[in-house]
Amino acid sequence: MTSSTSTGTFSPRPGGAPLGRQVAAQARMEARLMLRNGEQLLLALVIPVIVLVGGVVAAGRLRLDLGADRAVDVLAPGVLALAVMSTAFTSIAIATGFERRYGVIKRLGSSPLPRHGLLLGKVLALLNVVALQLAVLVVVALLLGWRPSTEDPVASVAATVLAVAAGTWAFASLGLFVAGVLRAEATLALANLVYLLLMAGGGVVLPPSTYGAAGRLVEWLPSGALGDAMRAASLEAAVDGRALLVLLGWGVVGTVLTARTFSWE
Amino acid sequence: MPEPVVDAAVDVRGLVMRYGEKVAVDGLSLTVARGSVTAVLGPNGAGKTTTLETCEGYRRPHAGEVRVLGLDPQRDRAALLPRIGVMLQSGGAWSGVRATEMLDHVARMHAHPLDTGMLVERLGLGDCGRTPYRRLSGGQQQRLGLAMALVGRPELVFVDEPTAGMDPQARRTTWELLEEVRADGVTVVLTTHHMDEAERLADAIHIIDRGRLIASGTPAELTRGGRAATIRLVVTRPFPDGAPESLQQALGPGTEVRALDAVSMVIHGPADSMTLGRVSRWCEEHDVLPESLTLGQRNLEDVFLELTGRALSR
Repeated sequence: MTSSTSTGTFSPRPGGAPLGRQVAAQARMEARLMLRNGEQLLLALVIPVIVLVGGVVAAGRLRLDLGADRAVDVLAPGVLALAVMSTAFTSIAIATGFERRYGVIKRLGSSPLPRHGLLLGKVLALLNVVALQLAVLVVVALLLGWRPSTEDPVASVAATVLAVAAGTWAFASLGLFVAGVLRAEATLALANLVYLLLMAGGGVVLPPSTYGAAGRLVEWLPSGALGDAMRAASLEAAVDGRALLVLLGWGVVGTVLTARTFSWE
Repeated sequence: MPEPVVDAAVDVRGLVMRYGEKVAVDGLSLTVARGSVTAVLGPNGAGKTTTLETCEGYRRPHAGEVRVLGLDPQRDRAALLPRIGVMLQSGGAWSGVRATEMLDHVARMHAHPLDTGMLVERLGLGDCGRTPYRRLSGGQQQRLGLAMALVGRPELVFVDEPTAGMDPQARRTTWELLEEVRADGVTVVLTTHHMDEAERLADAIHIIDRGRLIASGTPAELTRGGRAATIRLVVTRPFPDGAPESLQQALGPGTEVRALDAVSMVIHGPADSMTLGRVSRWCEEHDVLPESLTLGQRNLEDVFLELTGRALSR
């Protein structure tokens, strides 16, 4: 096959790898870098675990009123939602912001990896990390006594997967929007601030219904909607259609904004 | 606008690039022959990087046309990218990625990549293979950038300031590697503002200034001819104040003295023993220790100075 070319070390033999291999390599690399990062681990696992354990302990001491449900059964799906938010929004925004800053996206832009391949790799890496986070947090929650609804396990799992998928899309599109318009440092600051604000008051860990009058507003936030969708899935084995629609709406908004504003450099 | 050049590796015709009001590239036309090493030479801000980035498909020409390997870098991007290698002027890797990990990653995007272990060894990156990118020295980052440009076995590589920030040893290694790359049939386009780099490596040189092509040719063509003769004086310590004027006075009419930088001057005029004698007497009188005093041969620095009235380096 190389009959017409010379056989030097650097003799040209150009060609892109099959797209699937490129995307898989990109996804593996991005997931590996996310997991290697210490702050990332804090955001992805340590904070959710602290919130879960702390919340269960505090709810017992303070006799927090969560209706008929046990505290751990309300908090566990909320903390899973928090974990999705941390990775899909904060981590993606920060990582992408610094990829632009360091010229990584520019560098890969001159490799055979097409832009849709880069995006696909990012999404796969994100889903991988989220799956890993959820696996760890589910085990911790079960150890703390979490008993998700068993009336229809298939529906529970399906509703959870739907909620995670819609929530990941909504938050990732918003995260990319932030990373695309702000400088890396500003992205870092804003993404962490938004995460903290939504964790504290965004209806993600505790249901918007516990917020009193403000709950009406909070349930329209992507955080409140994701929390509600996750709670409906594990408490009632049900799909919360309203919450899912809110998430899809945010996904559309985020995607349109990102498509209009994102620059790769 | 010149006619298209058939089968050129790079063919730029009438390229105009602007950043807002500022014109970075101003009707530039140049070609790069296949299999050559071509240097694009010019001071900082001359438009070198902008021109390269347009060839690499990063920027859309505001006017004019660019063809790379016969393809339009914008329209035929997907077909072109696997065939070219790009070394950016800086950056291009995640801060936490290890050097070899990054190179392996870029290699995986290609169908027939080079053996990354061989590249790492050839570029002297073995010692820092597991070092995160952010802790590599500037020279190591440059060498990794060159490795990433070559790993896909491209037909054509664009290298932007390949030896910036490298120590002399690393520069020589890099030059030897680029010479071998060319010998194996890869076309190399490099930008530089180092004379010695262009003179050593390039088959053809395009000198650009303020976004325009001001001279093209082989190093020999560019340095031939011109004024009667040139004497270059390089000294060990910076010249005292007013040195060019005082030397001009010592040499008298018929010669022209220009300072290139703090330690070198170029003298145009008759290349006879009297002039040389006067220069060395002037050195003695002013307690200036010559490092070299060369006669006759114009170099690219002189060419650039004559063309633009300004020194090229810095």
